[in-house]
Amino acid sequence: MSTMNTVGRPTTPNQVETKPATLTGGRGLLQDEHLIFESDGWGKTGVDLPEPKTDGSDLGDLVRRDPIGLPGLSEPETMRHYVRLSQKNHAIDLAIYPLGSCTMKHNPRLNEKMARLPGFSDIHPLQPQSTVQGALELMDQLAHWLKTLTGMPAVALSPKAGAHGELCGLMAIRAAHEAKGEHEQRRKVLVPTSAHGTNPATAAFVGYTVVEVAQTDDGRVDVADLASKLGPDVAAIMVTNPNTCGLFERDILEISRLTHEAGAYFYCDGANFNAIVGRVRPGDLGVDAMHINLHKTFSTPHGGGGPGAGPVVLSEALAAFAPAPWVVSDGDGFKLVEREEAEAEQAFGRLCAFQGQMGMYVRALSYMMSHGSDGLRQVAEDAVLNANYIKARLSDLMSPAFPDGPCMHEALFDDEWLKGTDVTTLDFAKAMIDEGFHPMTMYFPLVVHGAMLIEPTETESKQELDRFIEAMRALAGAAKAGDVDRFKGAPFHAPMKRLDETRAARQPVLRWTAPEGSNIAAE
Amino acid sequence: MRYLPLTPDDRSAMLAAIGAKSIDDLFVDVPQAARREGFVDLPRVAGELQVERALGALAGRNTAAGSVPFFCGAGAYRHHVPATVDHVIQRSEFLTSYTPYQPEIAQGTLQYLYEFQTQVANLTGMPVANASLYDGSTAMAEGVLMATRVTRRNKAVISGGVHPHYVASTETVVHAVGVETQVLPAAVDAEAAVIEQIGPDTACVVVQTPNVFGTATDVTKIAEAAHAAGALLIVVVTEAVSMGLLKSPGEMGADIVAAEGQSIGNALNFGGPYVGLFACREKLIRQMPGRLTGETVDADGTRGFVLTLSTREQHIRRDKATSNICTNSGLCTLAFTIHMSLLGETGLRRMALLNHETALTTRDAVASIPGVEVLTPRFFNEFAVRLPKNATEVVDALAAKGVLAGVPYGRLAPGAGMDDVLLVAATETTTAAHIAALKTALAEVL
Repeated sequence: MSTMNTVGRPTTPNQVETKPATLTGGRGLLQDEHLIFESDGWGKTGVDLPEPKTDGSDLGDLVRRDPIGLPGLSEPETMRHYVRLSQKNHAIDLAIYPLGSCTMKHNPRLNEKMARLPGFSDIHPLQPQSTVQGALELMDQLAHWLKTLTGMPAVALSPKAGAHGELCGLMAIRAAHEAKGEHEQRRKVLVPTSAHGTNPATAAFVGYTVVEVAQTDDGRVDVADLASKLGPDVAAIMVTNPNTCGLFERDILEISRLTHEAGAYFYCDGANFNAIVGRVRPGDLGVDAMHINLHKTFSTPHGGGGPGAGPVVLSEALAAFAPAPWVVSDGDGFKLVEREEAEAEQAFGRLCAFQGQMGMYVRALSYMMSHGSDGLRQVAEDAVLNANYIKARLSDLMSPAFPDGPCMHEALFDDEWLKGTDVTTLDFAKAMIDEGFHPMTMYFPLVVHGAMLIEPTETESKQELDRFIEAMRALAGAAKAGDVDRFKGAPFHAPMKRLDETRAARQPVLRWTAPEGSNIAAE
Repeated sequence: MRYLPLTPDDRSAMLAAIGAKSIDDLFVDVPQAARREGFVDLPRVAGELQVERALGALAGRNTAAGSVPFFCGAGAYRHHVPATVDHVIQRSEFLTSYTPYQPEIAQGTLQYLYEFQTQVANLTGMPVANASLYDGSTAMAEGVLMATRVTRRNKAVISGGVHPHYVASTETVVHAVGVETQVLPAAVDAEAAVIEQIGPDTACVVVQTPNVFGTATDVTKIAEAAHAAGALLIVVVTEAVSMGLLKSPGEMGADIVAAEGQSIGNALNFGGPYVGLFACREKLIRQMPGRLTGETVDADGTRGFVLTLSTREQHIRRDKATSNICTNSGLCTLAFTIHMSLLGETGLRRMALLNHETALTTRDAVASIPGVEVLTPRFFNEFAVRLPKNATEVVDALAAKGVLAGVPYGRLAPGAGMDDVLLVAATETTTAAHIAALKTALAEVL
């Protein structure tokens, strides 16, 4: 091939003094790509459809007459546009994606294949139930796996994301207090300072007052502070376990005992279930409700920020309040209970139009069946092992936030070690981009100064971990050696330089608009 | 196990580097009483072939819509999705990336979200749109909450033409924060009764067009009445393709649009994942829920895109956030925007007309059956009929004959006294043979 391409003139490297900028904005394989609205696609289409016989005149003045403002692209142009865009993205399939608290693990392609079987993807949510028995059975099987892994008696599948699951859990808790006639007095939800932002946001969303619980010096819930705040005015506590510092709450049994003694319920944020799946059952910890991010622990793709899925497992005390719909089985097969019928009279309502994220249920079950109970236990062990390995190998150069004892599935560092270097956590993260890595979670949890939260997951090989660790060590060395420019201007080698987020927020431009004077018809 | 790269040697070497004797040393913080030895009582590791067999068997027990004459709608519609869409959304760089928190290495996602926002704004006829919500029903709930924040009033008037599941999803959430809802009686022309219910305490009026019975309505007068009373108009759309033929909510005076975008680019998926479209007037953007992408420049002055106005959101504002939402429907928005880019305005208008055409043909076929009364006078691609029998029983009987005839209204609203009403939808995927099969089978059953 090379002979063909160069017509017998093989290339040899030439050395030049300067590296000139390109003339067009392209950079080798990285293409400069305009917006679809800036193409010449007004009036074009990439879909061949037959000529309609009607013109909609039967609809009279309901018909849309004005131009809509939607450009079209032919199929080749479409492929180019999106492939060019895709090459500006980091991805798990490219390199480690160590965002703490996000569990960016490998997304098996078998799951994608299974979710696309017409028997799952091409069925309507309101088809007669006799025609979707396999889908209902799949939901029932998924529920069985989730209940067994968590040691909980019930699960509400329909929440569409983790935060939606939190909403579901708190609504069930609220309904349980209402049933006992205690809702009016129980208006507070206790949330540790290290919690995900969604926890206080959800509690407030449901109408509760959020009360913060202090943290101990070793990164756990301050049980004495919790005990002093529990009382007849508290509806629930929301605790993440393992917590957002990447630590297991050692006093978890005491926390749940105190909570229940006070007549409150224990909501557990299950974002970090990956660390303990197959080894610890939340049901054994006294949890009353916990959402499970199928897109974290059970590998459904993050897809650039969604769609997620957040089923909520529920204790005996809350099970009756689960939202519609759910699946039941009897001798005749499976049935979807859709409304507050006789058997569902305590349900707190409905969270979305249909039965939740079926496409994610298929992927998650495909993943669980692949791993099996033995593989899932290994998942937790390898996830924890990988995080501890990173922590052990970086602790001499960087400062672990909680050096004593093991971490769980994520290693947390603070910015103490950057003191005096003039390099911030943000600068350090942007320099990681130049080395080919996605940064870790920064400045979260809020309880640790300049936090760097690294979650490798179990799907990283030792070789990739070592590559990552060597890069982190090299960068740490550069920061300490005063090589500040490397950090302040970073990234230098990414598709873009550092972006002006302040400007974006001050003068929001949230859509493309036709340039003035152009005759492009858009609103 | 094929998804786990560590070898036993790796594990030993890593434990040694950590200074741990065994993996159990890393779980010492778990209370003794909660430690589980051995494996949970579930099946063990399975190869691809095994999993494919098991799940394939389950899939095989469902009737795929594409395998039969199919007329179900009621908020989820079967359209043809070009092959390009599913190919592109499975590219690693889109499928296996996360929320674009690091814009320098996420311009692919950010640019398509910006394009998506513009497409949705133009489609709905609104100035701005967000980067999507979970689905249409949760978008409606967020819309009502947003209206109460904007107007500082506490009551939503909801038309009887709004999908009952959307109403239920909204009430579940808004009642929890003390917002009052007044849901008007269900009727094919329910919009006619809305205006007289608007009062000085009304935060918003919610109408759906085409409504759950398929009725397409010009809601301009409702918008005027709402605005005169200081209330907002929320327009719900459950079939996004309709906006390729019908006047846009923006043209008719909507302040907020909450729509289901599944119809463009996304499969039926038994109800999810779908994609909630959310658009509003420009002056309301700081009260908007969900993610927003905005234009900016990088250090070289090159145009780029970032997530913006995040001071509304939970990770900054915590309990003061406009919503607890932390995700959008990323990959579903990508499917939407690719399909829309392929269609363009020309393709979308044509596709919408084809939908309308097949629905008219279906209506004529069904109307010719004695005892069937067509209830919906003006519709897009879905209409309601009154049958001489219970609609659920008729649908079940037709399913046994291999025809999925539509959605019985009684399934959506069991107590509404409309158990004889059937909702029938047709799209560009509906053929003359499908319509003939429906007519024959329905005539046999009635």
